[in-house]
Amino acid sequence: MASTVPHPDTAEPTRRDFLYVAAGAATVVGAGLAVWPLVDQMNPSADVLALASTDVNLAPIEMGQSVTIVWRSKPVFIRHRTADQVREAAGVPMSDLPDPQADSLRVKDGKAEWLILVGICTHLGCIPLGQKQTDSRGDFGGWFCPCHGSHYDGSGRIRKGPAPRNLEVPPYAFTGDTTIRIG
Amino acid sequence: MSAHGPRREYDNKILRWIEYRMPIFSTAEGIIGRDMPTPRNLNYWWSFGALLSIALGIQIVTGIVLAMHYIPASSMAFDSVEHIMRNVNYGWLLRYVHANGASLFFFVCYIHILRGLYYGSYKAPRELLWMIGVAIYVIMMATAFMGYVLPWGQMSFWAATVITNLFSAIPVIGDNLVTWLWGGFAVESPTLQRFFSLHYLLPFVIAGLVGLHIWALHVHGPSNPVGISPKGPQDLVPYHPYYTSKYLSVMGIFFIALFAFVFFEPNYMGHPDNYIPANPLVTPAHIVPEWYFLPFYAILRSVPDKLGGVILFGASIAILFVVPWLDTSRVRSARFRPIFKQFFWVFVAVGVALGYVGSQPAEGVMLHIGRILTVYYFAHFLLILPLVGWFERPKPLPESLGTPVLKPAGGAAE
Ligand code: HEM
Ligand code: FES
Repeated sequence: MASTVPHPDTAEPTRRDFLYVAAGAATVVGAGLAVWPLVDQMNPSADVLALASTDVNLAPIEMGQSVTIVWRSKPVFIRHRTADQVREAAGVPMSDLPDPQADSLRVKDGKAEWLILVGICTHLGCIPLGQKQTDSRGDFGGWFCPCHGSHYDGSGRIRKGPAPRNLEVPPYAFTGDTTIRIG
Repeated sequence: MSAHGPRREYDNKILRWIEYRMPIFSTAEGIIGRDMPTPRNLNYWWSFGALLSIALGIQIVTGIVLAMHYIPASSMAFDSVEHIMRNVNYGWLLRYVHANGASLFFFVCYIHILRGLYYGSYKAPRELLWMIGVAIYVIMMATAFMGYVLPWGQMSFWAATVITNLFSAIPVIGDNLVTWLWGGFAVESPTLQRFFSLHYLLPFVIAGLVGLHIWALHVHGPSNPVGISPKGPQDLVPYHPYYTSKYLSVMGIFFIALFAFVFFEPNYMGHPDNYIPANPLVTPAHIVPEWYFLPFYAILRSVPDKLGGVILFGASIAILFVVPWLDTSRVRSARFRPIFKQFFWVFVAVGVALGYVGSQPAEGVMLHIGRILTVYYFAHFLLILPLVGWFERPKPLPESLGTPVLKPAGGAAE
């Protein structure tokens, strides 16, 4: 634009320059306003966002057993850990963890036997194995993602493989001694 | 490409009437007809471009009729494909032609790209022509990926999950971007529906780019196996009938191959798990992409870091865009580049080996082989292409396309 060219005679921006800039800016804003609905329609729609929370009764889950439930169309892993498993998970030194987080921060106070996780590998979204007794649980006794070989420990923390983060803990709260609400 | 008034006097009255108003026939003849001067020495490797347009046409025609029966909703997609297979008249044929046609499309495309790499077709003044070609290839990959999601089997679903999750590696905006791509918090019906919309659209975008590709081709004409430019009319023949007839015979072989698959091994290139309906709670023990993505999949998995893997994955394809500037040799054809020629074949072997590694579980020795091959893949472009161009002493180039015997004596560039 003329005003940006340092020329001795036209160093001062003219009225015409102002009109150019104002018209250009208005066009950009207008184009942005027109494009936004086209972009935003792809985001989750109201009914998807409205998906309610899920209540789970933990009472039937035996010590050592794992179950998978669905929340917001994602699998949620619930593992009723044995005292040994809790002790082992709590005893891992932070320096061994690519994404350091204490086991105690991944469970609710006084409920360390209940581990609740979003069952989606943080690498590229596969469902790790380890929920069934017959599944491979990887090298650290938790879960193993067969897609590209990520190993999670008994607290759902990443230990080995390409996944960058620990298995996510969903927002949940105990609504009774053995009932939780996820979401 | 702009001309005023008729460019050719046709005997046929109707042709002449139309031609006077819109010179569509003479334009077509200037592109693939008698008015297109073409180097006299094109070999069979030059027929794959024409084959690609046929393959695109087959995909569009079969795709449009499949879309008359297919239902893009997660609850019905799988069943609608089974409905096509069992109930729709000739539905099995149309679907198998579409699915195997996609595979053959990629096979032909890879030969076409390798032809370009071997004969240096990307060199000046054809850089833009080459780059448009790479853009077509990228959109082809997107199209095939989204098409593969449509039958909504286990492989469809998990391919969609893994590939869309690649974007979650992008710092800061990654997670929001993936939610936006999905239209939800996982791959679900909204994802399937938008993939169908785009799967329908993108082939026509490809068709448009093919138009630009051919336009660029016509500015300087095709390159040729010797790699020197035609010196005059004695080096050229009309495209029609010389090359149209040659390419039609190749097309016959293409159709034999396509229908050999369609009628005898229609599921050879597919994966049996894709006949299991999508289950968002169970990932198949061993997920693999379609064969044509395997080399890049191997590169993705060879990096033990998520973002790093995604970057290399993207770079392994994007690097093709800059090949014209990485290759420092001024000699086009590998025929006159004894060292480059050997590296070319090593590169082809590395590509095939990467494909094999990509088909195997990412464990143990395969992971290490994959890493070495990945390093070589990039070294080919970033080190070998520039360095060989500098140090290699090319063989003497012939005087003209017609000169059958090479003069002895050294001397490099044109
Ligand atoms: C660049 C061109 C195209 C390519 C590479 C391509 C590729 C594919 C692939 C790989 C599949 C999965 C086949 C299977 O395993 O069942 C597919 C399915 C499908 N495609 Fe295309 N396609 C192309 C063009 C089109 C066009 C233009 C349409 C028109 C609407 C279309 C409509 C469909 C439909 C309805 C399906 C689902 C039915 C089925 O699975 O067979 N495709 N496509
Ligand atoms: S998705 Fe789990 S390791 Fe890649």
